[in-house]
Amino acid sequence: MTIRRRLLLTCAASGSLLALTCLVAPLVGSTQISLLRALDRSIPFADNVDAQIFFIARMPRVAAGVVVGAALASAGVVLQALFRNPLATAETLGISAGAALGAILAITAESWISLGPFSPVAIASLVGALLAIAVVYLLASAPRRPLSTAVLLLAGVTLNAFISAIILFVQYLADFTQSYRAIRWLIGDLDVGTFAPVLGALPLVVVAFVMFSLLPSSLNLLSVGGDLAATRGVNVVNVQRLAFFSAGLATSAAVSLAGPVAFVGIVVPHLVRLVVGVDHRVVLPVAALFGASFLVGCDLIARTAMAPVELPVGIVTAMIGGPFFLWLLVRRG
Amino acid sequence: MLQVADVSFGYGPSGQERPARAPFTLRDVTVDVPRGSLTGLLGPNGCGKTTLLKVMSGVLEPSRGRVTLEGEPLHAIPRRRRARRIAVVPQETHPAFDYTVMEMVLMGRHPHLGAFAIEGPADLAVSRDALAATGTAHLAQRRYMTLSGGEKQRVVIAAALAQAADLLLLDEPTASLDLGYQLETAGLLAELNSKRGVTMVLATHDLNLAGLLCSQLVLLRAGRVLGQGATRDVLTTAMVRQVYDVEADVSYHPGAGHLTVVPLRRSGHTDVHR
Repeated sequence: MTIRRRLLLTCAASGSLLALTCLVAPLVGSTQISLLRALDRSIPFADNVDAQIFFIARMPRVAAGVVVGAALASAGVVLQALFRNPLATAETLGISAGAALGAILAITAESWISLGPFSPVAIASLVGALLAIAVVYLLASAPRRPLSTAVLLLAGVTLNAFISAIILFVQYLADFTQSYRAIRWLIGDLDVGTFAPVLGALPLVVVAFVMFSLLPSSLNLLSVGGDLAATRGVNVVNVQRLAFFSAGLATSAAVSLAGPVAFVGIVVPHLVRLVVGVDHRVVLPVAALFGASFLVGCDLIARTAMAPVELPVGIVTAMIGGPFFLWLLVRRG
Repeated sequence: MLQVADVSFGYGPSGQERPARAPFTLRDVTVDVPRGSLTGLLGPNGCGKTTLLKVMSGVLEPSRGRVTLEGEPLHAIPRRRRARRIAVVPQETHPAFDYTVMEMVLMGRHPHLGAFAIEGPADLAVSRDALAATGTAHLAQRRYMTLSGGEKQRVVIAAALAQAADLLLLDEPTASLDLGYQLETAGLLAELNSKRGVTMVLATHDLNLAGLLCSQLVLLRAGRVLGQGATRDVLTTAMVRQVYDVEADVSYHPGAGHLTVVPLRRSGHTDVHR
């Protein structure tokens, strides 16, 4: 099968899955609603309870799932190719930790700085993530030379551990309510309330995806070898920078919206590779589409598994992702 | 075709910019690679063979001196166009993901494609032809990582052929192969050189391979060129002693049809047989 056919077929399949998930997810929940009734235009919206639950209560959550799932999954694909390491994610790079520190500082300092659709916590986590990206990048880069991916990875892992320690310290000083809010944020949750925060994060994710679209064939060559890629016409320095910053931007936006939802960046790329092969021109778009359905699906489980209690989606993804990650390690060995 | 003129190159710590007093890996190297030739780079470990290949491919920019491809400075040629002229076969290739053989070979087409273009029928045809030329057509759908060392090396050579460059740089193409695969790879390279007219530069430790394949040799030691010229003139007992500190018997082998080198002992040291 040619690459063009494979791309069309797999994108059509994962796109349909996403459409189906997005339609079904808002219908399921503690209150049963009917899709036909929700979409019935003859009933005024103010009187149509089904439509209100569908569009106001549940749709923002689905939209957040789509944006966050697509962003985290494709950032995972890009980082794994950049580091030539199938186990790399935004968490290993300290980006999530930077976001978490920002969020927790905002929570404990009871920051009031908000900007348009961004809540104080969202702004602080975005700033934290971007700062972490800058620090890791500065540590690993030299002008005009390829990034040292080994230094980048080590710097990221170390920064991650260091920031986690600071987070514990800040938490220790926080009062009980603040501590509780911080823990809840760290789990990762799609309960965004309205469309506004989703629309706030969307432009950043869109910019990241435009950058992603320039990468796939270069990532193929880069994952075979940096010098070899250079001898085949790839501008290695530029591609590495683009990959690192686009993945960082997508992760920052996703984490500022939903908190550090664990394991999406590792589970989804691997599942996708098992099904569609390893060519990044197919893997990247399919991972974005499937990552979106995966997170919306996980959130559906989170909302219904212990109904009427709604679990944060981060618990579900970690419950699936943890064992899956171990299985991957064993399978690789 | 490719001229390396008075090139010096030095690595800094961790391969970065060379600091002022760091030693050069290559010093005043001048090499001329004529079109259609098969040039061997010989020399002990760490003499700068791989570095010279990287300078020749444009991966490294010389600290001093210049490299030109048919008169045009190598670094002035845009990346993709350069990649359409020069292809590289590294010593070992370890992809991070489990690509199929066909995917590996198709990647050789990268410099011929536009930014968002996908390989078309013509690219597939070139890649199939490259697989056939290296005797790996039957492996096309196999996973690269499941192949044997010899098969892998052939596939990487096929990818370089798919790149359709007229200059091929090979870094120890037979280093990790057993005797049978060494002969096969050597035969393949000789055929590509004579039938397709691909100009080649290969770095090797195998003096017999150099004797068999190469029309000319460049001998390196400690980053300097000790000698270069036609293989029959350069591959001598005296030269082997000077380059490797080894006493060797260099003679024409009528059965093999080329110069062969039998190392005897370290010169100036005790006899290895004692």
